[in-house]
Amino acid sequence: MSTLELLVLLPLLAALAVGLGTPARITALAASVIVLALALILAVNFNTSLEGDGSLQFTSSRPLLDIAGFPKLNLAFGLDGISLVLVLLSALVLLSAVLVAPKEDAIQGSPRLYYLSLLLIGGGALGAFTATDLFFLYAFHELALIPTFLMIGIFGHGENRVRTAWTITIFLGVGSLILLVGLILAVGSLGGTTFDIADLTSRAKSPDHDAGTQSWIFLLLLVGFGILVSLFPFHSWAAPAYAEAPTPVAMLHAGVLKKFGLYGLVRLALPLAPAGAEKWLNLVLLLLLGNILYIGLVTIAQKRLDRMLGYSSVMHMGYAFLGIAAGNVVGVSGAVLLMFAHGLSIALLFALAGWMRERFGDLDFEKFGGLAKSLPRLGLLFGFATFASIGLPGFANFAAEVEIFFGAFAGEDAGMNWIRWATIGALWGVVISAVYMLRAYRGVFMGPKPEKLETPADLAWSDRLPVLILLVALLAVGFAPDLLNQYIRPAVNGLFLVSAG
Amino acid sequence: MPVYYLEFLVVALGLVMLMVDAFAKLEDKRSLARFGILGLGVVFLLLFLVEAPVSTEGAIWKFYSPADKLSLFFKGLALLTTILVLVMAVDYAPVVVAQTANPEPGAHPQSGLGEFFALPVFACAGLMWMASANNLVSIFVSLETVSITFYILVAYLRRNVGSLEAGVKYLILGALSTGFLVYGFAWLFGVTGSMELPAIAEALAKPGVNTTAALFAFALILIALAFKLGAAPFHLWIPDVYQGAPTPITAFLSVGSKAAGAIVTLRLVSPFLASPVLVAKVTTVLVAVAILTLLIGNLAALSQRNFKRLLGYSSVGHSGFLLMALASAPRDSADAMLPSTAIAFYLGAYLLMTLLAFLVLTSLRPVIAGEDLDAYRGLAKRSPFLAAALLVSMASLAGIPLTAGFFGKFFAFKMALDAGQWALLGVGLVAAAAGFYYYLKIAVSMYFSEPAKDSDAAAIRVNPLAGTAMGVLMVLIVLAGVAPGVIVGLFS
Repeated sequence: MSTLELLVLLPLLAALAVGLGTPARITALAASVIVLALALILAVNFNTSLEGDGSLQFTSSRPLLDIAGFPKLNLAFGLDGISLVLVLLSALVLLSAVLVAPKEDAIQGSPRLYYLSLLLIGGGALGAFTATDLFFLYAFHELALIPTFLMIGIFGHGENRVRTAWTITIFLGVGSLILLVGLILAVGSLGGTTFDIADLTSRAKSPDHDAGTQSWIFLLLLVGFGILVSLFPFHSWAAPAYAEAPTPVAMLHAGVLKKFGLYGLVRLALPLAPAGAEKWLNLVLLLLLGNILYIGLVTIAQKRLDRMLGYSSVMHMGYAFLGIAAGNVVGVSGAVLLMFAHGLSIALLFALAGWMRERFGDLDFEKFGGLAKSLPRLGLLFGFATFASIGLPGFANFAAEVEIFFGAFAGEDAGMNWIRWATIGALWGVVISAVYMLRAYRGVFMGPKPEKLETPADLAWSDRLPVLILLVALLAVGFAPDLLNQYIRPAVNGLFLVSAG
Repeated sequence: MPVYYLEFLVVALGLVMLMVDAFAKLEDKRSLARFGILGLGVVFLLLFLVEAPVSTEGAIWKFYSPADKLSLFFKGLALLTTILVLVMAVDYAPVVVAQTANPEPGAHPQSGLGEFFALPVFACAGLMWMASANNLVSIFVSLETVSITFYILVAYLRRNVGSLEAGVKYLILGALSTGFLVYGFAWLFGVTGSMELPAIAEALAKPGVNTTAALFAFALILIALAFKLGAAPFHLWIPDVYQGAPTPITAFLSVGSKAAGAIVTLRLVSPFLASPVLVAKVTTVLVAVAILTLLIGNLAALSQRNFKRLLGYSSVGHSGFLLMALASAPRDSADAMLPSTAIAFYLGAYLLMTLLAFLVLTSLRPVIAGEDLDAYRGLAKRSPFLAAALLVSMASLAGIPLTAGFFGKFFAFKMALDAGQWALLGVGLVAAAAGFYYYLKIAVSMYFSEPAKDSDAAAIRVNPLAGTAMGVLMVLIVLAGVAPGVIVGLFS
């Protein structure tokens, strides 16, 4: 069994162990620490000089089905630079989420179900990012969705949690189904003999790949993945779900699982239907402006911290779409880097917001004020998270957004085209996000403290540790984006080489 | 060992069970069921020792096809189903006793229980024979062996009005469908001049065949088969009979009767599909039936409040997916095995997930009085194991990836896509989406709701035999969902 297979199977085995009765929290912690260690080992052993032609490393493949008339099915894993970065993200957020999760006796209901679900979400995400077989890529993501529904419905807060769980079930269920149709269409039109993504990608280069079919494939994948990533106008499930989900689930879903949709666009939609991508570019631009500008304004109007964070995560997806729409190495690399940066920063914000909700009951802006004085550590950490989310220099988000804007504006000619106009529109998003994040920070941490507000003790070490893990990673990549870009760039380069033929 | 010994052994086992019940003074007749489980388990192992016959000259081979892997697979399905039905019957015994016991003083307190365990064994022998039947006569006789056993079993709870009603409905409609079947066989014999399936296929493929008469025979046979499969518009008996019959028998009907219907359909429809002159019309009819079945089964299930009725409609819906695979059979002979592969896999997956659901249902019978869906609220708190088992079963029935049900549906969809059956594909998607809703509804009420009454909050004890069976089924469902090759390897 290869290291990579172990990395994917470990959380699933740990979930099984928890289900069978091992101590829940300790098992989950041990598994997520080992997963992070394995991810780092993979990163260190990853040979960047081998990249460039879409080749994968640490590959393994086990044949599972081989009969005439149906695509061959393999349990196959492999890493390229893009997957590696997302694996690192998943491992970091998983560990942090497990640390943030309440102790067994503080959970109302079954603690085993709680930790089992967290491990399944983490394992599903890791599997989806590393599977090189289309079926397992899809299946692992589904595997992560089911515990998400259960967690929101059972352990969520707020009276509407069952309704919210249903909403997200229906939205994401329909999204997955549309996605499935698109994928089956893609596999069928590319010969219908294999699920291997690399093989499919190279078949998609053939001139026989009908442009009309490609257009359908891309549209289906765009809508399917778009619903999963909360692309405007399919975004309305996201903010209530994150506001009502238990904190670790909000961290894992907003931070990691949602990135699956973007990953799918980069990994599948662009390479499998390049002509379709070109055809629908303007639609994508329009929708992503909806994400950035319209949702940006919606975010400003929010009256509760958790809802505001939920909407902000929807808004930031617009930048990732812009990077992907740019369709060049710089832009797409920026989008991948933003997946990493945004994943960490939103998980960080949800972790802190969750801590506050536990202490203060709810998160209405109007009841807060002046917390920075009595809770300096919270104020400082929240400030860092705020800056990261806005995308100030020094944080990974800055590096990513800069790359995206450069990529989207790139080109020799001096004239304006649609994507340049869209980029100019999107730049205003930076201002919008500064407005809502700073307003929120001022409202909660600055100014006079309302008399009725009682302040609890500041973050203990056990609360600080998960937050610091995320923050350190954000700063490290922010100061040295090359830490990750060395993996991302050649992989994206390879993607374009492969898809351009 | 020749393959037909297996059926003899199963019949012998059934007879021994009846004799023991009649003449040995058993304290607790449930040991009879355990004996039956053991015996069927031994026969199941013998499946792997079957040898191909040296020559196929003898008279028996006119009625009985030599062992191929597919028929052995179906025999295995029949045995496994019957074993699990007997496991359920052990749990269900108190209900049967309450409804059938002889009130006279001095009678055995469990009188009437023995036959309840022995009859499924005879049905099993019929199912196994059917898997190998290659002659209209043997198909008919084996089908009736199964049906007649079911007529008795459905109406077994003789003091329960629901069970009697179900029995009468099943008997009358079943007899009617038998009539159609025989009439269809007569026409088929008239058209082709043979009772043997290979000869029939040959005769139908000739260009000079009388198409009107052949299609008439097909229509009559299809009506009878649609009844057995529970395909629309001949599905009307399903919800009532499923609801009224004793739960283990509902499970047996749902899986055994469906498998029987599917095997016979596969055998009888294949010659028509292989005939170049008939295939277009036959396909149109099959597509229409499949679309109707998919829609009626899945949409009617949406509003059901009774668990057994819901599973009834869901079983109609699954017949729709089976017919979808059959109707999308490729025209060229290169992939002639494709429909049987897809159908065999679907039936295997369907067996695992449906029987798991029914096992949970029977285990809950002592603590949950009705079958109303609301009675399952908060089940996750009362018994995490049973809730998890039901969750796996529902996820698989809904066709969520990494469960066996996904590949069952996937094969059907892939075939429809390759065959260019767009209408069928679209309806299939609607049906699958509806399935997501009503199966998940059960998961939601188990996990998201509190138990309806405080008195219901007590923990639930699971019989170790049934618990083991559930655990094995759960593992198999996930295994087949990750590595479908494991099941496919058993029959191809």
